Amino acid sequence: MSTKNLEEKQYLIRFKCDTKSHLTVLDHDICMTKCPDKICTIFCPAEVYKWEGTRMQVGYEGCHECGSCRIGCPYQNIKWEYPKGGHGIIFRLA
Amino acid sequence: MSEKFDVIVVGAGPAGTACAFTCAKNGLKVLLIERGEYPGAKNVMGGVLYRQQLEELIPEFWKEAPLERPVVEQRFWMMDKESVVTFGYKGLEWAVEPYNNFTVLRAKFDQWFASKAVEAGALLINETVVTECIVENGKVVGVRTDRPDGEVYADVVVLADGVNSLLSKQLGFHKEFRPDEVALTVMEVINLPKDKINDRFNLEDNQGCTIEIFGDSTKGNLGTAFLYTNKESLNIGVGTTLSSMIKAKIKPYELLDYLKNHPMVKPFLEGGESAEYLAHLIPEGGYHSVPKVVGNGVVVVGDAAQLVNAIHREGSNLAMHSGLLAAEAIVEANKRGDFSEASLNHYREALYNSFIIKDLEKYKDATHTFEKYPQYFKDYIPMLNRAASQFFTVDGTPKREKQKQIMKSMTAEKGTFRVLQDIYRAWKAVK
Repeated sequence: MSTKNLEEKQYLIRFKCDTKSHLTVLDHDICMTKCPDKICTIFCPAEVYKWEGTRMQVGYEGCHECGSCRIGCPYQNIKWEYPKGGHGIIFRLA
Repeated sequence: MSEKFDVIVVGAGPAGTACAFTCAKNGLKVLLIERGEYPGAKNVMGGVLYRQQLEELIPEFWKEAPLERPVVEQRFWMMDKESVVTFGYKGLEWAVEPYNNFTVLRAKFDQWFASKAVEAGALLINETVVTECIVENGKVVGVRTDRPDGEVYADVVVLADGVNSLLSKQLGFHKEFRPDEVALTVMEVINLPKDKINDRFNLEDNQGCTIEIFGDSTKGNLGTAFLYTNKESLNIGVGTTLSSMIKAKIKPYELLDYLKNHPMVKPFLEGGESAEYLAHLIPEGGYHSVPKVVGNGVVVVGDAAQLVNAIHREGSNLAMHSGLLAAEAIVEANKRGDFSEASLNHYREALYNSFIIKDLEKYKDATHTFEKYPQYFKDYIPMLNRAASQFFTVDGTPKREKQKQIMKSMTAEKGTFRVLQDIYRAWKAVK
């Protein structure tokens, strides 16, 4: 079977996006000065986090709400809330 | 919404719904709050649901629940890069009632299960996030939601809010989980015609097969992969502890693609069409990670209480049973009119006397052992594959000589003492 890249995988999912992010990077300087790996940009299963040179871009719209970034951030630098009721990811199958 | 209920259950997954169902059946006034558009919209599972614990709640549920296939064969693969050592069991006693377990698609199953709680009398409210517990005089008396005027009161609040239980953390029942206490798992549902599934897995129409895959499926990291058969689709997924993912700098979706393209796996998926991609955390800290589960006016059930037996891939059944035990304690507390921690502690006692905590206790050091000593996944599985290859390749070497060579090659790399030490350590962790 054809392998889909992440972007194509993400297209398979239904999202109802809120206008406001449920994920907040508290201090972008910590990412810049203390976190050379920027590990959230690697392990996030939806590539929500993208480092843009001086700040972390947060594409919360594609978030699976798994919680990995909250637990995995080595500096507890991510404020993680649930999206507003009924919003966010909507799994249809499994 | 300033009405008062006997019980508020936060989260309409297996644990919360089982609890709401049982409380409602016993005549209590129950509010079941779900943050998703419908129950199951936020929930992910590899797909195996065990029969026993649900049957205790709903006899012969398999006659009406949206299930995929009863599992008749469980295979275990110890996989290397271009080979696999397999072990499994297929039994037709599992193909007939009452069955042993089923594959399910959670978005469908959870909606059905929640509808049973509603039939029993619970009030289900979707699309509502509980933002905090309302605490008065050291006692939980209700919840605050993200709806306008969204405060609701009850004698008991049941936290069934899943692996990311922000609510039990707010109450101080546990600290933030560590990356080695959770497994990050990604999966895909792949549509495939029924006859192709039956042919490839050697199944009849109403029979299912599960394959657990160790070794190269996680590139030797602590975790597993799985391949399960639904009616007309496959669930394929892979996960490792979040700490392993961080350490090895793994992108989970790349690991999933690696698995899907593995020569041992690929032929099963040929011609399939991806239908959904899902990620979720599994609480795998086990016995040592179970938080405080009872407080004044509050209990914690299911994933929120870390009730997952990772070794036996049991989770949803433990969730349901914990929900049932909590409900029984709540019903008793209701009769006494006492919702203090001491009164609700019957739930904790029942939980700790049940197979749930007994099983978690049995494997309490397993995750830690396998995380600390990666050789089991990294070295021994490839070693086992080499030994099997050597043993089954006919090349004129007498069999006794072959056995000697194999034993020698296994101990040569590590030394006899280290091998014995590794075997003893693994045995101790799972005995």
